[in-house]
Amino acid sequence: MAGIAAGGSRRSALAPWLLVAPGVLWLLAFYLVPTVALARTSFATGDLSWYDGYQRAFTDYGQHMLRSFGYALTATVAAILLGYPLAYVMAFRAERLKNFLLGLVILPFFTTFLVRTFAWKTILNDDGPVVNLLGSLHLLPPDGRLLNTVWAVIGGITYNFLPFMILPIYVSLEKIDRRLTEAAQDLYCNQFTAFRKVVLPLSLPGVLAGSLLTFIPASGDFLNAELLGSPNQKMLGSVIQGQFLTVRDYPLAAALSFALMALITLLVVMYARALGTEDLA
Amino acid sequence: MTAERKGAVGSRWSGPLLDAYAGLVLLYLFLPIFVIVAYSFNKPEGKFNFVWKAFSLDAWKDPLIFPALVDAMKLSLKVAAVSTSVATVFGALIALALCRYRWKGAGPVNFLLVLPLTTPEVVLGSSLLSLFLQANAHTGFVTIVIAHIMFSVSYVALTVKARIRGFDWTLEEAAMDLYANPLRVIFKVTLPLIAPGIAAAAMLSFALSLDDFIITLFNAGSRVTYPLYVYGARRAAFPPQINVLATVILLGSLLLLGATVLWQNRRLKEALTGK
Repeated sequence: MAGIAAGGSRRSALAPWLLVAPGVLWLLAFYLVPTVALARTSFATGDLSWYDGYQRAFTDYGQHMLRSFGYALTATVAAILLGYPLAYVMAFRAERLKNFLLGLVILPFFTTFLVRTFAWKTILNDDGPVVNLLGSLHLLPPDGRLLNTVWAVIGGITYNFLPFMILPIYVSLEKIDRRLTEAAQDLYCNQFTAFRKVVLPLSLPGVLAGSLLTFIPASGDFLNAELLGSPNQKMLGSVIQGQFLTVRDYPLAAALSFALMALITLLVVMYARALGTEDLA
Repeated sequence: MTAERKGAVGSRWSGPLLDAYAGLVLLYLFLPIFVIVAYSFNKPEGKFNFVWKAFSLDAWKDPLIFPALVDAMKLSLKVAAVSTSVATVFGALIALALCRYRWKGAGPVNFLLVLPLTTPEVVLGSSLLSLFLQANAHTGFVTIVIAHIMFSVSYVALTVKARIRGFDWTLEEAAMDLYANPLRVIFKVTLPLIAPGIAAAAMLSFALSLDDFIITLFNAGSRVTYPLYVYGARRAAFPPQINVLATVILLGSLLLLGATVLWQNRRLKEALTGK
């Protein structure tokens, strides 16, 4: 970046604005303006009070909202528990296998998200190997099913967003200077204390980024609930989609969608504050 | 490993235990992919390819037997090609501006780039649909492409930015000092420097477009992309041909990825040997 100041005299100050113009205008027109359009639609209640959409959204679909956030939170915690150790092994123990493992983690992206979710339907089927195995270990509820349960839905969501958790954690672990952990051990920290006092705090930005990249899409997801769950697991995304595309109750649908976005923004800001970093990018 | 050498109590077994745990997590990531590939060789009983019946090559012999599935695939590829071309140009230009200039717009532009990534797809899709409804716009091919460019621009810009941050832009200055004209500088210095980053970003953008379901569902009108076809298939029929196409996409991306890695290694070697 040192060259910028030197080149400043040669290039006009307009240059960066011209470079970003097409992309930024596109984002303004098709991200920012639509958000305003969504808000307007949510208030377009005709003869009813302006907040009618929101009133119905929270009274009729409050439970779906809570359920969506509950599932997303559970999946995020599960993804940390599954993803962190793998990222740790990749960063600290894999050595020459590092790039190979990295390739394996992004491999799921190369098959369609939807087809992968259908594959879980096959795996968790009533007569499938997983159900038979867990059944023989008496680990299943009395009706002996996995498909159409909350466990299948949360497992599916965790699966779908796990790479988004692993990659940022891996990047933050990878950046840690190895001499720091060696220094900690030279000072007679045992391995676990060195991890707790040195590695873990330094990797928190990765955990934060991974959690956001998991929680945000997970709370809006509805495919896992629709394909792996029963109507009892219906999530907010399903309701929004149904109200927009089938029922066409636009004020209600827009109110649900806008409320979801507002609540997520609120949660994200609170979470970032709590972890002591506001550097989300 | 140094951690092992100096490790205290428990390190002798905690390391292998950790490796085993990581292996199980990888298995979890891989199980569905294995199932997708395996079930492309299934001969299902009835219309739904969800239960294993018998090994068969039928679906691989006739992968294009369902015209609707083929049309959906063609539409998806077309959408991905158009949206990737546009989004790659837009995103790369933004990344260039962010990495090369220190100017007061950088903060707001960075913020604008992150916004679509922190918005659930269902909100992105429904917002766009609200806009199109208010504008009385007909939803179809054009609106799908508009939506895909929107979410791809951020990914491209951030990917290219990450790859070219820290490049030595004084090389351009040097070229100009040596009386290279600006066009020559762009083609001989700038583009070769940023090309690998742009290629990676374009591949990501293509994959995201090919895979997108939720945003497309809202803005597709009556058009059916590959993911939308698969979604509809859960009601009517889920033939193994869906698995065949998914496997082909997987193999195609692996080949492309391998080719890119080889190409970049060659470029690196050329750069090192000064050829």
